[in-house]
Amino acid sequence: MDVEILSRIQFAFTISFHYIYPPLSIGLGLVMVAMEGLYLKTGNKLYENMTKFYTKIFALIFGIGVATGIVMEFEFGTNWATYSKYVGDVFGSALAAEGIFAFALESGFLGVLLFGWNKVSPRVHFFSTVMVTLGSMFSAIWIVVANSWQQTPTGYKIEGEGLAARAVITDFWEMVFNPSSIQRVSHVWIGSFIAGAFLVLSISAYYILRKKHLPFARSSFKIALCVATVSSLLQLVAGHASADVVAEHQPAKLAALEGHFEKDKAADMYLLGYIDTKNKKTVGLNIPGGLSFLTHGDFKAPVKGLNNFRQQDQPQALNVVFQTYHLMISIGMFMIALTLFACWHWYKDSLFEKKWLMHVFMWSVFLPQLANQAGWFAAETGRQPWVVYGLLRTSDALSQAVKAEQVVFSLILFSVVYTLLFALFIYLLNKKIKHGPSHPEEDIDHSPQLKSMANELGYTK
Amino acid sequence: MATIFGLDYQTLWFLVIGGVFTGYAILDGFDLGAGALHLFFNKETSRRIALNAIGPVWDGNEVWLVIGGGALFAGFPGVYAAVFSAFYVPFMLFLTVLIFRAISIEFRSKEAMPWWRKMWDVCYCLSSATIAFLLGVVLGNLLLGIPIDDKGNFTGTLAYFLNPYSVMVGITTLALFMMHGAIYLVMKTEDRLYAKLTVMVRNTTIFFSISILLLSFYTLLYIPHLSNAIRNNSWMFFIPVAMVFAIANITRMVAKRQYRFAFVSSSITVSLLLIIVAVELYPNMVISTASPAYNLTVYNSASSEKSLGIMLLVAAIGVPLVIAYTTFVFWTFKGKVKLDEMSY
Ligand code: HDD
Ligand code: HEM
Ligand code: HEM
Repeated sequence: MDVEILSRIQFAFTISFHYIYPPLSIGLGLVMVAMEGLYLKTGNKLYENMTKFYTKIFALIFGIGVATGIVMEFEFGTNWATYSKYVGDVFGSALAAEGIFAFALESGFLGVLLFGWNKVSPRVHFFSTVMVTLGSMFSAIWIVVANSWQQTPTGYKIEGEGLAARAVITDFWEMVFNPSSIQRVSHVWIGSFIAGAFLVLSISAYYILRKKHLPFARSSFKIALCVATVSSLLQLVAGHASADVVAEHQPAKLAALEGHFEKDKAADMYLLGYIDTKNKKTVGLNIPGGLSFLTHGDFKAPVKGLNNFRQQDQPQALNVVFQTYHLMISIGMFMIALTLFACWHWYKDSLFEKKWLMHVFMWSVFLPQLANQAGWFAAETGRQPWVVYGLLRTSDALSQAVKAEQVVFSLILFSVVYTLLFALFIYLLNKKIKHGPSHPEEDIDHSPQLKSMANELGYTK
Repeated sequence: MATIFGLDYQTLWFLVIGGVFTGYAILDGFDLGAGALHLFFNKETSRRIALNAIGPVWDGNEVWLVIGGGALFAGFPGVYAAVFSAFYVPFMLFLTVLIFRAISIEFRSKEAMPWWRKMWDVCYCLSSATIAFLLGVVLGNLLLGIPIDDKGNFTGTLAYFLNPYSVMVGITTLALFMMHGAIYLVMKTEDRLYAKLTVMVRNTTIFFSISILLLSFYTLLYIPHLSNAIRNNSWMFFIPVAMVFAIANITRMVAKRQYRFAFVSSSITVSLLLIIVAVELYPNMVISTASPAYNLTVYNSASSEKSLGIMLLVAAIGVPLVIAYTTFVFWTFKGKVKLDEMSY
């Protein structure tokens, strides 16, 4: 295999592995802000206990997020040196801004969040939790802005030629607010909220099924369900907005997402299917004219097909693009249905009575993970053969000084290390969950309000 | 050419990067050093106290490396690309060691089994020491120069990386961080561990003094392009002199049990060493041993002035913020370490 394929596999592998953790950090952070906020507001120890329990899980996730993130930061230089020189002027500033504005914020306050319980007042502690969560959301902004610039570059000019060519900033804000930034940052954020909320839902459902820590589990379930329902609904809106941008700025990717071949014809929207690449057609269950309708509001409007583009300008792995995209959407739709169904039962006060529903929630923790990974695969393989859309080809972006054996070496190294890391992560996560919250006796509702109510009514224990 | 205070943007950005890496060496330096000393503590509680002394801050310290990497990418993409692709294999190993260090801190106290804790203790200690050493080796290679061609591509082999000079710089860095870490730990501990650490402070100071002396002589005798930089600018003799004073002051403050001042002195020592490096290199960033014409300088490998200008603004806003919350965190955890239920 050549350096190009190896480097791509390595990048895809390391970033996909990294991307298991950031969405969980961001989403869990948000749920913890809600929990600790409730604690400050009500003074109920239950919420404090909850925040402390999820803080420990957060620490584990965050730790691996950090460890694997540093690899990403340096991999641009090691494997994609030509690319680094090409985009450094534009892309580097977003990455540096991420370090200064986001990572420093989150990792600084992380110390207080994890170890500061007895050192600072509850308010300052809450402030630290908010800062850590904000920091992780900021880091998503900058890295996704950088990636969005690669997808839809604006605010630059090209200087030099051949290997010495490079993109140079002409307008910083135009670079930051390139046509896909806002849509994609929102989509990534919401995807992270869903991931965090489903983790909490899954852990709570597990306790409920085991009849352990019940008040704790029920209460966390409800908090997370609120976040999950709102986010799942919003994700449809954000996803649609992203699709609109793709339709406008990356027509070849859009054609690949829906497997649309014919030149300038009305395009269908598939619910399920596969691309027959030999015969250049797509088979499956579809809504005729659906894609035309979604992009132009007219079932007959022409949409550019893959045949509009030269072979060397089309994404290669068509089925990967198509399938991952449809997987993401199916999961998105399923999560909307699931959360709404659960809310309806909550309203009818029968949420925790359906055992099968709790089983579904327990296993659903994998869905947002799959959707997040699938989304990136669709977006990134759909961008091929370009690294910077329309400007720099992936095959031209490599490090000239790096040889195939070296990449094989690092690929094996990362495979071994990450497998080990993942096994340890699952083992420790499982252990933490089994162990449960550290003050089970505080599962009982001790809120001052309740106590004063009890006093007023004359009940005393 | 745009300038601020008479310095052009390229030079300013060189200084910013130098400043960030100095911040990194001072901050992560003490926690790497503390890690390298870890196996010298025998008791379980001693090890936990030592670990929790850096617990709330090590991640924030490491972020300075991330910022430095980003700043290099943004300001000098040519250097970023050349250096990282040149040392592909060493960097991959470096990244692996960084991963292992992060997780050994995180995982160690999550299980009570003695073999589990011992395994992560060894992992933590060795990875900390290796990181310190490798950072020094990279620095040594940059000082010495590396074989790169006219396109900024490395033409040497892997073996080149571990040349004797760079190994010496690696050992000196390790010694420096161990001394720095021991002083930090002494501020954070009590009783018997404290007594033990006072001895370690002395030993590591001796270790560092010997290695820096040897390194200096070697540089003066065998690496003319570095010693010339100092010979040609006589004012620069002030730096080594200041360093001798700083090291002497460490010993003095330790004798007086003024560990805070000792820590300030060792931080100054770290800064002075990096200032020497910066002065010896500037305006080069990567020296090509193939031909001086291929050197990567702050001018031929920098981003556009527009980009540098934006980045300077980002740094002007960002760095004070970072310093503010770093200070807040250190202030929150000031004083001796006490273990509680949330500790590692
Ligand atoms: C959606 C958000 C997102 C995305 C797409 C990425 N990351 Fe990430 N990254 C985070 C969100 C994040 C985070 C939530 O901020 C993390 C995870 C856990 C943590 O500590 O911070 C993080 C950690 C993290 C760290 C460690 C920071 C530290 O020491 O605290 C680095 C250097 C990177 N990332 C770099 C990257 C690079 C170069 C990426 C792309 C190629 C990337 N991340 C994709
Ligand atoms: C965190 C979520 C991300 C995921 C899951 C992801 C996924 C992928 C995948 C699967 C590939 C391989 C594509 C292929 O080989 O066909 C890839 C390639 C690549 N991605 Fe992303 N990506 C992510 C974020 C980013 C970001 C934030 C950047 C840049 C800022 C980026 C830049 C690249 C580059 C440079 C390549 C290698 C060249 C290429 O094959 O296109 N990616 N990514
Ligand atoms: C519900 C319907 C959804 C639609 C219509 C939708 C649409 C899209 C589109 C069009 C893209 C490609 C954007 C591009 O290439 O620039 C995308 C990417 C992505 N999607 Fe979705 N999506 C949906 C649901 C979800 C869900 C539920 C998740 C995760 C929980 C998710 C996570 C992602 C991620 C992480 C990416 C890659 C980042 C990006 O390009 O923004 N999506 N989505």
